[in-house]
Amino acid sequence: MNRFALTRGLGAAAPTGSRRGRVRSVIGLAAAGAVLFTMSGCASSGGSGGGADSLTVGFAQVGAESAWRTANTKDIQESFKTADIPLKFSDAQGKQENQIKAIRSYIQQKVDVIAFSPVVESGWDTVLNEAKDADIPVVLTDRSVDSSDDSLYKSFLGSDFVAEGEKAGEWAKTEFADATAVNVVELQGTTGAAPANDRAKGFRTAIEGDSKFKIIASQTGDFTRAGGKQVMEAFLKSNPKIDLLYAHNDDMGLGAIEAIEAAGLKPGVDIKIVTVDAVHDGMQALADGKINFIVECSPLLGGQLVDIVKKVAAGETVDKRIVTEETTFTQDQAKAALPDRKY
Amino acid sequence: MIAARLRDVFRSRLIWPVIALVALLVTNVIKSPGFLSIRVQDGHLFGSLIDILRNGAPIVLVALGMTLVIATRGIDLSVGAVVAISGAFALSIVGDAPDPNDLGVVLGAAAASIVFAIVLGSWNGLLVSVFGIQPIIATLILMTAGRGIAMLITEGQILTVSSAPYKVIGGGYWFALPASIIIAGVMFALVAILTRKTALGMLIESVGINPEASRLAGVSARVIVWTVYTFSAVCAAIAGLMISSNVTAADANSAGLWIEMDAILAVVLGGTSLAGGRYSLTGTLIGAFVIQTLTTTVYSIGIAPEITLVFKALVVIAVCLLQSPVMNTRITKMRMRRRRTPAVAPTRATVS
Repeated sequence: MNRFALTRGLGAAAPTGSRRGRVRSVIGLAAAGAVLFTMSGCASSGGSGGGADSLTVGFAQVGAESAWRTANTKDIQESFKTADIPLKFSDAQGKQENQIKAIRSYIQQKVDVIAFSPVVESGWDTVLNEAKDADIPVVLTDRSVDSSDDSLYKSFLGSDFVAEGEKAGEWAKTEFADATAVNVVELQGTTGAAPANDRAKGFRTAIEGDSKFKIIASQTGDFTRAGGKQVMEAFLKSNPKIDLLYAHNDDMGLGAIEAIEAAGLKPGVDIKIVTVDAVHDGMQALADGKINFIVECSPLLGGQLVDIVKKVAAGETVDKRIVTEETTFTQDQAKAALPDRKY
Repeated sequence: MIAARLRDVFRSRLIWPVIALVALLVTNVIKSPGFLSIRVQDGHLFGSLIDILRNGAPIVLVALGMTLVIATRGIDLSVGAVVAISGAFALSIVGDAPDPNDLGVVLGAAAASIVFAIVLGSWNGLLVSVFGIQPIIATLILMTAGRGIAMLITEGQILTVSSAPYKVIGGGYWFALPASIIIAGVMFALVAILTRKTALGMLIESVGINPEASRLAGVSARVIVWTVYTFSAVCAAIAGLMISSNVTAADANSAGLWIEMDAILAVVLGGTSLAGGRYSLTGTLIGAFVIQTLTTTVYSIGIAPEITLVFKALVVIAVCLLQSPVMNTRITKMRMRRRRTPAVAPTRATVS
């Protein structure tokens, strides 16, 4: 809930000395296990398969840290199954070293294409060069890498966070077309995270020319419900008139809804709400009229990934940057879409 | 008489956290004059102070358990994980029940969570008191594994359950006051009576000062250490119920994240030494509210997200420095010098 840099520092400083050795060896063991596991997987598939023109893809996922990620994993696995392309899948559990090991094992197994969502932005040059030397094309999904050499990967498929912020801002402009003054409060994502920075930037770009929009308060809610609720409670008390809430994800918006209701106001009516993500609970709130508009940030990029992989394997050129197909939802669209949502 | 009492107050180490608390409140009032105002909304009290009480309750509880652990020269890093587990466990029971709005179901789920926490706390206590593993390492195990357990319970999703009685624990009101602060207050009073009106408090302190000597003196140090870790987990479990209830959702990833650090900080601000021994429950209470008020202040006065952590760190550093023994002796010396100067100066002059 509350984060104290200082205390975090204190807490971390004490155990590290005695802990690092242990942690390292545990990671080493786990990684060794992962390699063994993937190797045995390779042996069995090599024995049974072996079609001449068959395509094999290795995918290194970040982990399973959220519902969004779980949906992402499921969609990728299902899309490859439907396309009848063997997929080797590994879960890095949020650790870069696991992901590098997984990519190396894919290189050894001579898969045709490697795809992965980088855990962090930096530190990929060595392993991506190994893939390049082995002549295996790499596709990035969802997150990008920070490298001066962009020949290291063929394409980056993922959401455009700036565009998401812009869509939210554009909606606000049409929604408040007749208003004379609009007081906006913003619940930002985790400070410094790319989606938080970009969604803030896009929204500001969209409302920039319109002087009636005024962002009167902006604070981080850490992408969590509890954070969104606490920050919104304070916003409501220090700002007598709020017209619009822009939350960088559904969860913070859901927390804020509780705070607004506790203050005796009607979310979606007294204070309009626009959020980004479109996870199930958010869509439910949208259908219930408590949120006014959601910009989708879709984890369902499996289908597009299959297309890119096929093209890349066939030697065709693909765009360096491909934006995930995403939409936006109004309250009526949410009611219609809700029964078929996968996540 | 009054002057003497005032001097006692000023000599107390608690004076600095109290001043910090008052200063934060004053800052808020300057920024938004309506900060202290409380009105009645839907039959309960409503205002920033009430928010501080309600949102501060989990930290008060966790810090309460932490105080006793620290008094025995230990530390419990696993409280955040226990918070996540307890919320996830209780909400999954309520969610699976045929009628989530049944009071019996909610009470049963809360009781089950607390029993689960007793098991987890006993595990910590076992590692520390029987196997003699250093507390920081022993509780680190559950800190890391605990979130995994919570993730298993929620299957990696955020559990959302709407249940009116469950909502009361962390977001509801009794007698127009937040239920959470009443629960925390009752727990606090119980611990205060139990440890200060009986010899228990002294036994805990003696274990913290010298476990071996207390054992030789006939204090069953092992049982006491085991008990404080179990109690700490129970406090964390109740805090977990509050946190999950406040947003009617169990988020295994973020519920109670870093709350162990906030709790340790509250204990330290309250003047309890991490080296064990003497502890102050009142100090912990004040420390916990300093932290919560600080958080609310950051939101209310509109500090930019990029410098929030720096602002919090500066306030904490200031309080810790002012509280430190070195600063204390400096300040006392300065006061003495000021008082003595007229008398001392002439005598020195005659000597030289």
